[in-house]
Amino acid sequence: MKHCLVVDDSAVIRKVARRIMESMSLQVSEAEDGQQALAACRTRMPDAVLLDWNMPVMDGYEFLQELRRLPGGETPKVVFCTTENDVAHIARAMHAGADEYVMKPFDKEIIAVKLQEVGIV
Amino acid sequence: MTEGDTSYLRAFLKARSGLHLGPEKGYLLQIRLAPILRDAGLASLAALAGTLRSGRDPDLAAQVVAAMTTNETSFFRDRAPFEALQRSILPRLVEARAASRRLRIWSAAASTGQEAYSVAMILAEMAPALEGWTVDIVATDISAEVVARAKAGRYSQFEVQRGLPIRLLLTHFEQGPDGWVISPELRRAVDFRVQNLLDPLERLGQFDVVFCRNLLIYLDAETKRRVLAAVGGRLARGGFLCLGSTETVLGISHAWEQDAEAPSFFQPRSAIPQPYVASYAQTV
Ligand SMILES: C[S@@+](CC[C@H](N)C(=O)[O-])C[C@H]1O[C@@H](n2cnc3c(N)ncnc32)[C@H](O)[C@@H]1O
Repeated sequence: MKHCLVVDDSAVIRKVARRIMESMSLQVSEAEDGQQALAACRTRMPDAVLLDWNMPVMDGYEFLQELRRLPGGETPKVVFCTTENDVAHIARAMHAGADEYVMKPFDKEIIAVKLQEVGIV
Repeated sequence: MTEGDTSYLRAFLKARSGLHLGPEKGYLLQIRLAPILRDAGLASLAALAGTLRSGRDPDLAAQVVAAMTTNETSFFRDRAPFEALQRSILPRLVEARAASRRLRIWSAAASTGQEAYSVAMILAEMAPALEGWTVDIVATDISAEVVARAKAGRYSQFEVQRGLPIRLLLTHFEQGPDGWVISPELRRAVDFRVQNLLDPLERLGQFDVVFCRNLLIYLDAETKRRVLAAVGGRLARGGFLCLGSTETVLGISHAWEQDAEAPSFFQPRSAIPQPYVASYAQTV
């Protein structure tokens, strides 16, 4: 079973994302910010990360840079996910090493398509 | 609303677009035509049927057809056919057409254009292999409204997220005030036109690949055969027809051969001789 880490400071978003991904037979764990997420990745590297951009403590951008430096940190597929949806922002996320990008609000179909796009489902 | 009015509307839709609406789907008329009744100031479906019968209002007739057809589509819908196009079909055609250096592709029930633009994006990726080639992408639909939308190339955030890899969004779209707009180059690459597939199609010319996806499912058996024969008749020798994912086993198996490498694509078992299209249609 593939394992996906949801990183978002909103409990509601985490819950929605968890429900969507569990229905796609993925194993899901959660983190509230980049620092928690990094600790989770050190313990167990996920197959994919659904990553929010704006978070307290360590934001998505910083997390992504740190993640890619960890041993094995280049393997997880990272799908960025924010409400800031301008081209420059998306381009920056992709440049930072994200594999895909989801614009909020999202639904199950969109998440499914993006996870397919990066080869997780 | 009498039985007669309902069956008139169903017969009207079938004659106009081929849409097959079973008697049990009568409620759909009620739901989808309500806005048209309101805008046209008509009291009931019976009044609408009367106006259509009189033939006085061609615009109204077109609106009724548009309201009843399904325009559902998305970029790279179902993925697999587009992957197969890029990986298998186009490389074979590039070889087969090396002498003429010409490729023509048709999206035959294009709706709001996502299918045609997906093809255009694939061809843009293949640009180095197609240097010096003439490539036409023609996209048609019965509805003038969706053709206008397709031409404008404006899509909402929701529409671009469904199926479009973000890399392609960044390459081929510009951000507009309320959504995303296809780049002018890509818009220029597709020739959008209004075309009813029940009308003569000869003037469109011939094509190497024809996409006719997710239209046949709405037609009855006889109309399906007719459309398939007419659309198939536009295929150049060695050309491919691409059908929707649920349309691959439509009792067409003996006239068409499914491609071994690309299962959404079909080729006629023997060339379709144009003057015999009518009799061909009867024997499919
Ligand atoms: C469900 S959409 C399919 C769009 C696209 N091919 C796809 O697979 O995503 C079907 C389209 O067929 C068009 N259509 C219906 N009857 C037609 C006809 N007789 N001639 C041409 N187009 C027709 C409708 O207007 C609609 O846009």
